[in-house]
Amino acid sequence: MEKETRIRGRIWVLTDPQGKLFDDIDTDMIFHNRYLHITAVDQMGQYALDNLQGWEDFAQKAQPGDIVVAGKNFGAGSSRQQAVDCFQALGIAAIVAESFGAIYKRNAINSGLPIVSLPDLSARAGEFETGDELEMDLRTGQAVLNGERTFQAEPFSQVQMDIYQAGNLFAYGKSLNE
Amino acid sequence: MIEKIFQSHTPGDALVAPGSIIWLDLDVRSARDFAGANVVKNYRTHYGDAPVADKDKTFFTFDLVVPPSNIPYANNQQICRTWAREQGVRVYDVNAGIGSHVALEEGLAYPGSTFVGTDSHLNILGAVGAFGQGMGDQDIAFTFKTGKTWFEVPPTMKVVVRGDLEPPCTARDLTLAVLGALGSSGALGRAIEFYGPAIEALDLPGRITLASQVTEMGGIIGFVPPSEEVLEFARERTGRREIAGVYADAGAGYVETVEVDITDLEPLIACPPSPANVKPVREVAGRRIDSVFLGSCTNGRFEDLAAVAEVVKGKQIAPWVMATVVPATREVYQHMLRSGVLETLFDAGFIISNPGCGGCASGHLGMTGVGQVNVSTSNRNFPGKQGAGDTFLASPITAAWCALKGEITVPEV
Repeated sequence: MEKETRIRGRIWVLTDPQGKLFDDIDTDMIFHNRYLHITAVDQMGQYALDNLQGWEDFAQKAQPGDIVVAGKNFGAGSSRQQAVDCFQALGIAAIVAESFGAIYKRNAINSGLPIVSLPDLSARAGEFETGDELEMDLRTGQAVLNGERTFQAEPFSQVQMDIYQAGNLFAYGKSLNE
Repeated sequence: MIEKIFQSHTPGDALVAPGSIIWLDLDVRSARDFAGANVVKNYRTHYGDAPVADKDKTFFTFDLVVPPSNIPYANNQQICRTWAREQGVRVYDVNAGIGSHVALEEGLAYPGSTFVGTDSHLNILGAVGAFGQGMGDQDIAFTFKTGKTWFEVPPTMKVVVRGDLEPPCTARDLTLAVLGALGSSGALGRAIEFYGPAIEALDLPGRITLASQVTEMGGIIGFVPPSEEVLEFARERTGRREIAGVYADAGAGYVETVEVDITDLEPLIACPPSPANVKPVREVAGRRIDSVFLGSCTNGRFEDLAAVAEVVKGKQIAPWVMATVVPATREVYQHMLRSGVLETLFDAGFIISNPGCGGCASGHLGMTGVGQVNVSTSNRNFPGKQGAGDTFLASPITAAWCALKGEITVPEV
Protein backbone atom coordinates (compact mmCIF):
# COMPACT_ATOMS: atom_id res chain seq x y z
CA MET A 1 0.00 0.00 0.00
CA GLU A 2 1.19 3.49 -0.83
CA LYS A 3 2.21 5.64 2.10
CA GLU A 4 0.39 8.94 2.60
CA THR A 5 2.20 11.73 0.75
CA ARG A 6 0.20 14.56 2.30
CA ILE A 7 1.47 15.65 5.68
CA ARG A 8 -0.19 18.04 8.09
CA GLY A 9 1.21 19.21 11.40
CA ARG A 10 1.86 21.96 13.90
CA ILE A 11 5.12 23.79 13.19
CA TRP A 12 8.07 24.78 15.34
CA VAL A 13 9.87 27.74 13.75
CA LEU A 14 13.50 27.60 14.86
CA THR A 15 14.54 31.18 15.44
CA ASP A 16 17.79 32.51 16.88
CA PRO A 17 18.00 34.76 19.97
CA GLN A 18 17.41 37.81 17.72
CA GLY A 19 14.19 36.27 16.46
CA LYS A 20 15.61 35.57 13.00
CA LEU A 21 15.17 32.22 11.29
CA PHE A 22 18.14 30.05 12.31
CA ASP A 23 20.64 29.36 9.49
CA ASP A 24 23.55 26.88 9.52
CA ILE A 25 22.17 24.73 12.34
CA ASP A 26 24.94 22.15 12.52
CA THR A 27 24.73 18.55 13.68
CA ASP A 28 26.40 19.39 17.01
CA MET A 29 23.52 21.76 17.75
CA ILE A 30 21.01 19.09 16.75
CA PHE A 31 22.62 16.12 18.49
CA HIS A 32 25.80 16.98 20.38
CA ASN A 33 28.92 14.87 20.02
CA ARG A 34 28.88 14.03 23.74
CA TYR A 35 25.95 11.66 23.07
CA LEU A 36 27.42 9.94 20.03
CA HIS A 37 28.00 6.67 21.86
CA ILE A 38 24.22 6.13 21.98
CA THR A 39 23.02 3.48 19.54
CA ALA A 40 19.39 3.01 20.68
CA VAL A 41 17.09 5.30 18.67
CA ASP A 42 14.48 5.54 21.46
CA GLN A 43 17.11 7.15 23.72
CA MET A 44 18.06 9.82 21.17
CA GLY A 45 14.89 11.94 21.18
CA GLN A 46 15.53 13.51 24.57
CA TYR A 47 18.72 15.23 23.28
CA ALA A 48 17.27 16.72 20.09
CA LEU A 49 18.38 20.37 19.68
CA ASP A 50 19.71 20.53 23.25
CA ASN A 51 22.83 22.40 22.07
CA LEU A 52 20.84 25.00 20.08
CA GLN A 53 20.62 28.30 21.89
CA GLY A 54 17.06 28.91 23.07
CA TRP A 55 15.83 25.43 22.09
CA GLU A 56 17.42 23.30 24.82
CA ASP A 57 13.98 22.09 25.97
CA PHE A 58 12.67 21.25 22.49
CA ALA A 59 12.43 17.52 23.25
CA GLN A 60 10.03 18.20 26.13
CA LYS A 61 7.82 20.50 24.05
CA ALA A 62 7.60 18.63 20.75
CA GLN A 63 4.68 16.31 20.06
CA PRO A 64 4.48 13.43 17.58
CA GLY A 65 3.32 14.75 14.21
CA ASP A 66 4.94 18.18 14.63
CA ILE A 67 6.94 19.76 11.80
CA VAL A 68 10.26 21.58 12.28
CA VAL A 69 10.98 24.72 10.23
CA ALA A 70 14.51 26.18 9.86
CA GLY A 71 16.62 28.37 7.57
CA LYS A 72 19.54 27.71 5.25
CA ASN A 73 21.95 24.74 5.41
CA PHE A 74 20.09 22.81 8.11
CA GLY A 75 22.14 19.85 9.33
CA ALA A 76 25.53 21.21 8.26
CA GLY A 77 28.60 19.49 9.61
CA SER A 78 29.07 15.89 10.60
CA SER A 79 27.70 12.67 9.14
CA ARG A 80 26.00 11.48 12.31
CA GLN A 81 22.77 9.61 11.66
CA GLN A 82 21.62 10.46 15.18
CA ALA A 83 20.86 14.01 14.03
CA VAL A 84 18.09 12.48 11.92
CA ASP A 85 17.18 9.60 14.24
CA CYS A 86 16.57 11.92 17.21
CA PHE A 87 13.69 13.61 15.32
CA GLN A 88 12.25 10.25 14.30
CA ALA A 89 12.42 9.16 17.94
CA LEU A 90 10.23 12.18 18.82
CA GLY A 91 7.80 11.35 16.02
CA ILE A 92 8.56 14.56 14.10
CA ALA A 93 6.60 14.30 10.84
CA ALA A 94 8.85 16.39 8.60
CA ILE A 95 11.60 19.02 8.50
CA VAL A 96 11.20 22.03 6.27
CA ALA A 97 14.19 24.28 5.58
CA GLU A 98 15.39 26.64 2.89
CA SER A 99 18.24 24.19 2.23
CA PHE A 100 19.97 21.23 3.88
CA GLY A 101 23.54 20.08 4.47
CA ALA A 102 24.45 17.45 1.86
CA ILE A 103 25.12 14.51 4.18
CA TYR A 104 22.13 15.36 6.34
CA LYS A 105 19.90 15.31 3.28
CA ARG A 106 21.09 11.80 2.37
CA ASN A 107 20.70 10.52 5.92
CA ALA A 108 17.15 11.83 6.15
CA ILE A 109 16.19 10.40 2.77
CA ASN A 110 17.72 7.02 3.66
CA SER A 111 15.80 6.93 6.95
CA GLY A 112 12.53 7.84 5.30
CA LEU A 113 12.21 11.10 7.28
CA PRO A 114 10.49 13.63 5.00
CA ILE A 115 12.66 16.68 4.48
CA VAL A 116 11.39 19.45 2.27
CA SER A 117 13.34 22.33 0.74
CA LEU A 118 11.45 25.59 0.47
CA PRO A 119 13.62 27.95 -1.60
CA ASP A 120 11.98 31.24 -0.58
CA LEU A 121 11.61 30.36 3.08
CA SER A 122 13.98 33.06 4.39
CA ALA A 123 12.30 35.73 2.29
CA ARG A 124 8.88 34.77 3.69
CA ALA A 125 10.05 33.81 7.21
CA GLY A 126 7.79 36.45 8.75
CA GLU A 127 4.70 34.51 7.66
CA PHE A 128 5.62 31.46 9.74
CA GLU A 129 4.88 31.31 13.44
CA THR A 130 5.32 28.47 15.90
CA GLY A 131 1.98 26.76 16.41
CA ASP A 132 0.74 27.43 12.86
CA GLU A 133 -0.55 24.50 10.87
CA LEU A 134 1.32 23.48 7.72
CA GLU A 135 0.02 21.05 5.14
CA MET A 136 2.32 19.71 2.44
CA ASP A 137 2.08 17.46 -0.56
CA LEU A 138 5.41 15.65 -0.81
CA ARG A 139 4.69 14.65 -4.40
CA THR A 140 4.01 18.12 -5.79
CA GLY A 141 5.79 20.31 -3.26
CA GLN A 142 2.66 22.36 -2.64
CA ALA A 143 2.46 23.70 0.91
CA VAL A 144 -0.39 25.55 2.61
CA LEU A 145 -0.01 27.48 5.86
CA ASN A 146 -3.08 27.73 8.13
CA GLY A 147 -5.27 26.72 5.23
CA GLU A 148 -4.72 30.01 3.42
CA ARG A 149 -1.19 31.00 2.41
CA THR A 150 0.45 28.86 -0.26
CA PHE A 151 4.10 28.08 -0.87
CA GLN A 152 5.89 26.08 -3.52
CA ALA A 153 8.47 23.68 -2.08
CA GLU A 154 10.69 21.32 -4.05
CA PRO A 155 8.82 18.08 -4.70
CA PHE A 156 10.42 14.81 -3.60
CA SER A 157 12.96 13.44 -6.06
CA GLN A 158 12.23 10.00 -7.49
CA VAL A 159 14.78 8.20 -5.30
CA GLN A 160 13.55 10.11 -2.24
CA MET A 161 9.97 9.02 -2.92
CA ASP A 162 11.01 5.43 -3.64
CA ILE A 163 12.94 5.15 -0.37
CA TYR A 164 10.15 6.92 1.54
CA GLN A 165 7.60 4.49 0.14
CA ALA A 166 9.81 1.47 0.88
CA GLY A 167 10.36 2.74 4.45
CA ASN A 168 14.15 3.12 4.42
CA LEU A 169 17.25 2.46 2.33
CA PHE A 170 17.50 -1.18 3.38
CA ALA A 171 13.95 -2.02 2.38
CA TYR A 172 14.44 -0.07 -0.84
CA GLY A 173 17.66 -1.96 -1.63
CA LYS A 174 15.95 -5.30 -1.06
CA SER A 175 12.98 -4.29 -3.22
CA LEU A 176 15.38 -3.67 -6.13
CA ASN A 177 16.68 -7.23 -5.95
CA GLU A 178 13.24 -8.81 -6.01
CA MET B 1 36.33 15.64 -12.58
CA ILE B 2 33.55 14.17 -10.46
CA GLU B 3 31.59 13.14 -13.54
CA LYS B 4 34.63 11.33 -14.97
CA ILE B 5 35.32 9.53 -11.68
CA PHE B 6 31.65 8.55 -11.39
CA GLN B 7 31.47 7.40 -15.03
CA SER B 8 34.23 4.88 -14.32
CA HIS B 9 32.40 3.66 -11.18
CA THR B 10 28.91 3.10 -12.51
CA PRO B 11 27.36 0.77 -15.10
CA GLY B 12 28.35 1.90 -18.59
CA ASP B 13 24.94 2.97 -19.82
CA ALA B 14 24.18 5.30 -16.90
CA LEU B 15 23.78 8.99 -17.57
CA VAL B 16 26.27 10.88 -15.38
CA ALA B 17 25.25 14.54 -15.42
CA PRO B 18 24.47 17.05 -12.67
CA GLY B 19 21.17 16.15 -11.07
CA SER B 20 21.08 12.55 -12.30
CA ILE B 21 21.00 9.75 -9.75
CA ILE B 22 23.43 6.90 -10.27
CA TRP B 23 24.49 3.72 -8.53
CA LEU B 24 28.09 4.38 -7.53
CA ASP B 25 30.60 1.54 -7.07
CA LEU B 26 32.73 2.12 -4.01
CA ASP B 27 36.35 1.00 -3.96
CA VAL B 28 36.45 1.27 -0.15
CA ARG B 29 33.74 1.52 2.52
CA SER B 30 34.70 2.21 6.11
CA ALA B 31 33.41 3.12 9.54
CA ARG B 32 35.11 4.66 12.54
CA ASP B 33 34.66 4.32 16.29
CA PHE B 34 31.90 6.92 16.21
CA ALA B 35 28.97 5.41 14.23
CA GLY B 36 30.81 2.11 13.79
CA ALA B 37 28.70 0.37 16.41
CA ASN B 38 25.56 1.83 14.79
CA VAL B 39 26.73 0.47 11.43
CA VAL B 40 27.16 -2.98 12.98
CA LYS B 41 23.73 -2.71 14.59
CA ASN B 42 22.07 -1.71 11.32
CA TYR B 43 23.93 -4.44 9.47
CA ARG B 44 22.85 -7.15 11.92
CA THR B 45 19.25 -5.92 11.94
CA HIS B 46 18.90 -5.95 8.17
CA TYR B 47 21.37 -8.60 6.99
CA GLY B 48 21.89 -10.89 10.00
CA ASP B 49 25.11 -12.91 9.70
CA ALA B 50 25.46 -12.52 5.94
CA PRO B 51 29.02 -11.76 4.81
CA VAL B 52 29.97 -8.28 3.60
CA ALA B 53 30.24 -7.77 -0.16
CA ASP B 54 34.05 -7.74 -0.07
CA LYS B 55 36.00 -7.93 3.16
CA ASP B 56 39.15 -6.63 1.46
CA LYS B 57 37.35 -3.39 0.59
CA THR B 58 35.79 -2.92 4.03
CA PHE B 59 37.60 -1.35 6.98
CA PHE B 60 37.22 0.15 10.42
CA THR B 61 39.38 3.11 11.41
CA PHE B 62 39.29 4.11 15.07
CA ASP B 63 40.38 7.69 15.47
CA LEU B 64 38.03 9.75 17.65
CA VAL B 65 38.29 8.51 21.22
CA VAL B 66 41.61 6.67 21.11
CA PRO B 67 42.38 4.89 23.30
CA PRO B 68 38.86 5.15 24.75
CA SER B 69 38.59 7.54 27.67
CA ASN B 70 35.07 6.47 28.54
CA ILE B 71 33.25 3.16 28.85
CA PRO B 72 30.56 3.72 26.17
CA TYR B 73 33.26 4.28 23.51
CA ALA B 74 35.24 1.30 24.79
CA ASN B 75 32.10 -0.79 24.38
CA ASN B 76 31.39 0.52 20.90
CA GLN B 77 34.95 -0.11 19.73
CA GLN B 78 34.80 -3.65 21.07
CA ILE B 79 31.48 -4.24 19.25
CA CYS B 80 33.20 -3.23 15.99
CA ARG B 81 36.32 -5.31 16.71
CA THR B 82 34.35 -8.45 17.50
CA TRP B 83 32.15 -8.09 14.43
CA ALA B 84 35.18 -7.33 12.25
CA ARG B 85 36.88 -10.53 13.42
CA GLU B 86 33.76 -12.54 12.58
CA GLN B 87 33.63 -10.97 9.13
CA GLY B 88 37.38 -11.02 8.48
CA VAL B 89 37.40 -7.23 8.11
CA ARG B 90 40.55 -5.27 8.97
CA VAL B 91 40.55 -2.76 11.84
CA TYR B 92 42.99 0.15 11.93
CA ASP B 93 42.79 0.29 15.68
CA VAL B 94 43.24 2.99 18.32
CA ASN B 95 46.97 3.30 17.64
CA ALA B 96 46.67 4.13 13.92
CA GLY B 97 45.49 7.75 13.74
CA ILE B 98 42.95 9.65 11.64
CA GLY B 99 41.22 7.27 9.21
CA SER B 100 41.28 9.55 6.16
CA HIS B 101 45.03 10.10 6.60
CA VAL B 102 45.67 6.41 7.20
CA ALA B 103 43.74 5.76 3.96
CA LEU B 104 46.19 7.95 2.03
CA GLU B 105 49.29 6.56 3.72
CA GLU B 106 48.17 2.96 3.26
CA GLY B 107 47.19 3.48 -0.37
CA LEU B 108 43.52 2.66 0.28
CA ALA B 109 42.53 5.91 -1.45
CA TYR B 110 44.29 7.19 -4.56
CA PRO B 111 43.63 9.52 -7.51
CA GLY B 112 40.42 8.54 -9.29
CA SER B 113 39.21 6.09 -6.61
CA THR B 114 35.98 6.17 -4.56
CA PHE B 115 35.89 5.90 -0.76
CA VAL B 116 33.05 6.31 1.77
CA GLY B 117 32.89 6.19 5.54
CA THR B 118 31.28 7.72 8.58
CA ASP B 119 33.74 10.65 8.77
CA SER B 120 32.16 13.84 7.42
CA HIS B 121 35.61 15.10 6.41
CA LEU B 122 36.29 12.12 4.14
CA ASN B 123 35.93 14.50 1.22
CA ILE B 124 39.47 15.43 2.29
CA LEU B 125 40.45 12.74 -0.24
CA GLY B 126 39.74 15.33 -2.93
CA ALA B 127 43.28 16.44 -1.98
CA VAL B 128 44.60 13.65 -4.22
CA GLY B 129 41.78 13.81 -6.76
CA ALA B 130 39.87 10.89 -5.21
CA PHE B 131 36.15 10.91 -4.44
CA GLY B 132 35.64 10.61 -0.67
CA GLN B 133 32.35 11.08 1.11
CA GLY B 134 31.11 10.96 4.68
CA MET B 135 27.80 9.19 5.18
CA GLY B 136 25.49 8.14 7.98
CA ASP B 137 25.48 4.73 9.60
CA GLN B 138 22.54 3.34 7.60
CA ASP B 139 24.18 4.37 4.36
CA ILE B 140 27.46 2.73 5.36
CA ALA B 141 25.81 -0.51 6.56
CA PHE B 142 24.15 -0.65 3.13
CA THR B 143 27.50 -0.16 1.35
CA PHE B 144 29.15 -2.86 3.49
CA LYS B 145 26.58 -5.30 2.13
CA THR B 146 26.24 -4.09 -1.44
CA GLY B 147 29.51 -2.30 -2.28
CA LYS B 148 27.58 0.57 -3.82
CA THR B 149 25.14 3.36 -3.06
CA TRP B 150 22.85 5.78 -4.85
CA PHE B 151 24.30 9.23 -5.42
CA GLU B 152 22.96 12.40 -6.96
CA VAL B 153 25.64 13.82 -9.26
CA PRO B 154 26.36 17.34 -7.98
CA PRO B 155 27.05 20.32 -10.22
CA THR B 156 30.69 21.48 -10.21
CA MET B 157 31.94 25.00 -9.53
CA LYS B 158 35.41 26.30 -10.24
CA VAL B 159 37.47 28.24 -7.71
CA VAL B 160 40.43 30.03 -9.25
CA VAL B 161 43.02 31.37 -6.82
CA ARG B 162 45.05 34.30 -8.15
CA GLY B 163 48.46 35.26 -6.76
CA ASP B 164 51.09 33.33 -4.81
CA LEU B 165 51.44 32.40 -1.16
CA GLU B 166 54.12 34.33 0.68
CA PRO B 167 55.40 33.60 4.23
CA PRO B 168 54.19 33.70 6.90
CA CYS B 169 50.99 32.72 5.08
CA THR B 170 50.42 29.01 4.56
CA ALA B 171 47.95 26.70 2.88
CA ARG B 172 45.68 27.27 5.89
CA ASP B 173 45.54 31.02 5.24
CA LEU B 174 44.77 30.35 1.57
CA THR B 175 42.01 27.97 2.73
CA LEU B 176 40.60 30.57 5.12
CA ALA B 177 40.63 33.14 2.31
CA VAL B 178 38.58 30.80 0.12
CA LEU B 179 36.24 29.92 3.01
CA GLY B 180 35.75 33.60 3.79
CA ALA B 181 34.95 34.30 0.13
CA LEU B 182 32.49 31.40 -0.30
CA GLY B 183 30.90 31.44 3.17
CA SER B 184 29.32 28.47 4.92
CA SER B 185 26.97 27.60 2.08
CA GLY B 186 28.81 29.03 -0.94
CA ALA B 187 29.38 25.53 -2.30
CA LEU B 188 26.21 23.95 -0.91
CA GLY B 189 25.46 20.71 -2.70
CA ARG B 190 28.28 21.21 -5.19
CA ALA B 191 31.66 19.78 -6.08
CA ILE B 192 34.55 22.25 -6.36
CA GLU B 193 37.63 22.15 -8.56
CA PHE B 194 40.55 24.34 -7.45
CA TYR B 195 42.89 25.99 -9.94
CA GLY B 196 45.62 28.62 -10.04
CA PRO B 197 49.39 28.80 -9.55
CA ALA B 198 49.19 28.82 -5.74
CA ILE B 199 47.05 25.66 -5.87
CA GLU B 200 49.46 23.90 -8.23
CA ALA B 201 52.32 24.81 -5.90
CA LEU B 202 50.71 23.23 -2.83
CA ASP B 203 52.41 20.16 -1.40
CA LEU B 204 50.27 17.20 -0.30
CA PRO B 205 49.76 18.45 3.30
CA GLY B 206 48.65 21.83 1.90
CA ARG B 207 46.20 20.13 -0.45
CA ILE B 208 44.83 18.14 2.49
CA THR B 209 44.30 21.36 4.46
CA LEU B 210 42.37 22.96 1.60
CA ALA B 211 40.25 19.90 0.77
CA SER B 212 39.41 19.34 4.45
CA GLN B 213 37.51 22.61 4.72
CA VAL B 214 35.18 22.09 1.77
CA THR B 215 32.65 20.60 4.21
CA GLU B 216 32.63 23.98 5.99
CA MET B 217 31.90 25.67 2.63
CA GLY B 218 28.84 23.41 2.31
CA GLY B 219 30.45 21.45 -0.54
CA ILE B 220 30.16 17.77 -1.37
CA ILE B 221 33.86 17.60 -2.21
CA GLY B 222 36.70 19.83 -3.45
CA PHE B 223 39.18 18.40 -5.94
CA VAL B 224 42.77 19.53 -6.27
CA PRO B 225 43.97 18.22 -9.65
CA PRO B 226 46.84 15.84 -8.76
CA SER B 227 50.40 17.09 -9.25
CA GLU B 228 53.22 14.78 -10.30
CA GLU B 229 54.31 14.67 -6.62
CA VAL B 230 50.83 13.48 -5.58
CA LEU B 231 50.70 10.86 -8.36
CA GLU B 232 54.13 9.55 -7.38
CA PHE B 233 53.08 9.37 -3.70
CA ALA B 234 49.97 7.38 -4.66
CA ARG B 235 51.90 5.03 -6.95
CA GLU B 236 54.40 4.36 -4.20
CA ARG B 237 51.74 3.79 -1.51
CA THR B 238 49.46 1.60 -3.61
CA GLY B 239 52.07 -0.21 -5.67
CA ARG B 240 49.99 0.66 -8.74
CA ARG B 241 52.32 2.20 -11.27
CA GLU B 242 49.46 2.83 -13.70
CA ILE B 243 47.82 5.57 -11.60
CA ALA B 244 47.50 8.61 -13.86
CA GLY B 245 44.91 10.80 -12.13
CA VAL B 246 41.58 12.07 -13.41
CA TYR B 247 41.43 15.60 -14.80
CA ALA B 248 38.66 17.79 -16.16
CA ASP B 249 38.22 17.96 -19.92
CA ALA B 250 39.38 21.17 -21.56
CA GLY B 251 35.82 22.21 -22.41
CA ALA B 252 34.21 21.16 -19.11
CA GLY B 253 31.26 23.27 -17.98
CA TYR B 254 30.91 24.81 -14.53
CA VAL B 255 27.86 26.06 -12.72
CA GLU B 256 29.86 29.02 -11.40
CA THR B 257 33.44 30.33 -11.35
CA VAL B 258 34.69 32.22 -8.32
CA GLU B 259 38.02 34.02 -8.23
CA VAL B 260 39.89 34.53 -4.98
CA ASP B 261 42.88 36.85 -5.04
CA ILE B 262 45.59 36.08 -2.46
CA THR B 263 48.06 38.71 -3.61
CA ASP B 264 49.34 40.47 -0.46
CA LEU B 265 47.38 38.03 1.71
CA GLU B 266 47.84 38.53 5.43
CA PRO B 267 47.44 35.78 8.05
CA LEU B 268 43.77 34.98 8.65
CA ILE B 269 41.77 33.56 11.54
CA ALA B 270 38.21 32.21 11.80
CA CYS B 271 36.49 33.71 14.83
CA PRO B 272 33.59 32.23 16.79
CA PRO B 273 30.88 31.23 16.04
CA SER B 274 31.62 29.69 12.64
CA PRO B 275 34.52 28.60 10.40
CA ALA B 276 33.38 31.05 7.73
CA ASN B 277 33.67 34.06 10.08
CA VAL B 278 37.14 34.86 8.72
CA LYS B 279 39.11 38.00 9.67
CA PRO B 280 42.72 39.16 9.44
CA VAL B 281 44.58 38.02 12.58
CA ARG B 282 45.56 41.68 13.06
CA GLU B 283 41.92 42.64 13.81
CA VAL B 284 41.70 40.36 16.84
CA ALA B 285 45.35 40.57 17.92
CA GLY B 286 46.01 41.20 21.62
CA ARG B 287 43.25 38.96 22.95
CA ARG B 288 44.65 36.84 25.76
CA ILE B 289 44.38 33.10 25.19
CA ASP B 290 44.25 30.06 27.46
CA SER B 291 45.02 27.20 25.13
CA VAL B 292 46.35 26.14 21.75
CA PHE B 293 45.49 22.98 19.82
CA LEU B 294 47.68 21.71 17.00
CA GLY B 295 46.50 18.81 14.89
CA SER B 296 43.27 17.42 13.33
CA CYS B 297 42.66 16.16 9.79
CA THR B 298 43.12 19.75 8.61
CA ASN B 299 46.59 20.47 9.99
CA GLY B 300 47.97 17.34 11.66
CA ARG B 301 50.67 16.43 9.11
CA PHE B 302 54.39 16.27 9.87
CA GLU B 303 55.08 19.37 7.77
CA ASP B 304 52.51 21.36 9.81
CA LEU B 305 54.12 20.37 13.10
CA ALA B 306 57.67 20.85 11.77
CA ALA B 307 56.68 24.43 10.86
CA VAL B 308 55.57 24.94 14.46
CA ALA B 309 58.86 23.51 15.73
CA GLU B 310 60.74 26.02 13.61
CA VAL B 311 58.85 28.89 15.26
CA VAL B 312 59.23 27.69 18.85
CA LYS B 313 62.72 26.18 18.70
CA GLY B 314 64.72 27.22 21.77
CA LYS B 315 61.77 29.20 23.17
CA GLN B 316 59.10 28.61 25.78
CA ILE B 317 55.36 28.99 25.34
CA ALA B 318 53.61 31.47 27.65
CA PRO B 319 53.27 29.95 31.12
CA TRP B 320 49.47 30.39 31.20
CA VAL B 321 48.92 28.58 27.90
CA MET B 322 47.95 24.92 27.76
CA ALA B 323 49.19 23.74 24.35
CA THR B 324 48.51 20.31 22.94
CA VAL B 325 49.84 18.57 19.84
CA VAL B 326 48.01 15.63 18.28
CA PRO B 327 49.79 14.10 15.25
CA ALA B 328 47.42 12.86 12.54
CA THR B 329 48.84 9.35 12.32
CA ARG B 330 51.41 6.96 13.71
CA GLU B 331 53.57 7.64 10.66
CA VAL B 332 53.52 11.38 11.44
CA TYR B 333 54.36 10.63 15.06
CA GLN B 334 57.29 8.46 14.05
CA HIS B 335 58.57 11.17 11.73
CA MET B 336 58.35 13.72 14.57
CA LEU B 337 60.18 11.38 16.89
CA ARG B 338 63.03 10.61 14.51
CA SER B 339 63.49 14.16 13.19
CA GLY B 340 63.72 15.88 16.56
CA VAL B 341 60.48 17.84 16.04
CA LEU B 342 58.89 16.04 18.96
CA GLU B 343 61.75 16.96 21.28
CA THR B 344 61.67 20.60 20.16
CA LEU B 345 57.95 20.84 20.87
CA PHE B 346 58.35 19.05 24.20
CA ASP B 347 61.14 21.40 25.27
CA ALA B 348 59.00 24.42 24.35
CA GLY B 349 56.29 23.22 26.75
CA PHE B 350 53.80 21.40 24.50
CA ILE B 351 51.77 18.36 25.55
CA ILE B 352 52.22 15.72 22.85
CA SER B 353 49.63 12.97 22.60
CA ASN B 354 49.26 9.79 20.59
CA PRO B 355 47.79 10.18 17.09
CA GLY B 356 44.07 10.74 16.51
CA CYS B 357 41.43 13.37 15.92
CA GLY B 358 41.83 15.23 19.21
CA GLY B 359 38.89 17.26 20.40
CA CYS B 360 36.56 17.15 17.42
CA ALA B 361 33.97 14.77 18.89
CA SER B 362 34.61 15.13 22.59
CA GLY B 363 37.63 13.01 21.75
CA HIS B 364 40.53 12.07 23.92
CA LEU B 365 41.68 15.65 24.53
CA GLY B 366 41.22 19.26 23.49
CA MET B 367 37.94 20.20 25.22
CA THR B 368 37.37 23.82 26.30
CA GLY B 369 35.64 25.15 29.42
CA VAL B 370 33.32 28.16 29.86
CA GLY B 371 35.24 31.37 29.16
CA GLN B 372 38.31 29.60 27.77
CA VAL B 373 39.90 31.18 24.70
CA ASN B 374 41.38 28.58 22.40
CA VAL B 375 43.44 28.94 19.20
CA SER B 376 43.17 25.77 17.15
CA THR B 377 44.29 24.35 13.81
CA SER B 378 41.18 22.18 13.77
CA ASN B 379 38.34 22.72 11.30
CA ARG B 380 35.16 23.69 13.15
CA ASN B 381 34.43 26.25 15.86
CA PHE B 382 30.65 26.07 16.05
CA PRO B 383 29.26 26.94 19.50
CA GLY B 384 29.72 24.07 21.92
CA LYS B 385 31.54 21.91 19.39
CA GLN B 386 34.65 21.35 21.48
CA GLY B 387 33.22 22.62 24.74
CA ALA B 388 31.88 25.94 25.94
CA GLY B 389 34.97 28.05 25.19
CA ASP B 390 35.64 30.43 22.27
CA THR B 391 37.64 28.67 19.57
CA PHE B 392 39.59 30.57 16.89
CA LEU B 393 40.84 28.65 13.85
CA ALA B 394 44.21 29.55 12.35
CA SER B 395 47.33 28.16 10.68
CA PRO B 396 49.92 26.15 12.64
CA ILE B 397 52.37 29.05 12.34
CA THR B 398 49.85 31.58 13.69
CA ALA B 399 48.92 29.15 16.47
CA ALA B 400 52.61 28.70 17.36
CA TRP B 401 53.11 32.46 17.69
CA CYS B 402 49.97 32.71 19.80
CA ALA B 403 51.30 29.98 22.11
CA LEU B 404 54.59 31.86 22.57
CA LYS B 405 52.98 35.25 23.23
CA GLY B 406 49.99 33.95 25.19
CA GLU B 407 47.68 36.12 23.11
CA ILE B 408 46.36 36.24 19.58
CA THR B 409 49.23 37.62 17.60
CA VAL B 410 50.23 38.15 13.98
CA PRO B 411 53.08 35.79 13.09
CA GLU B 412 56.38 37.37 12.09
CA VAL B 413 58.40 36.23 9.10
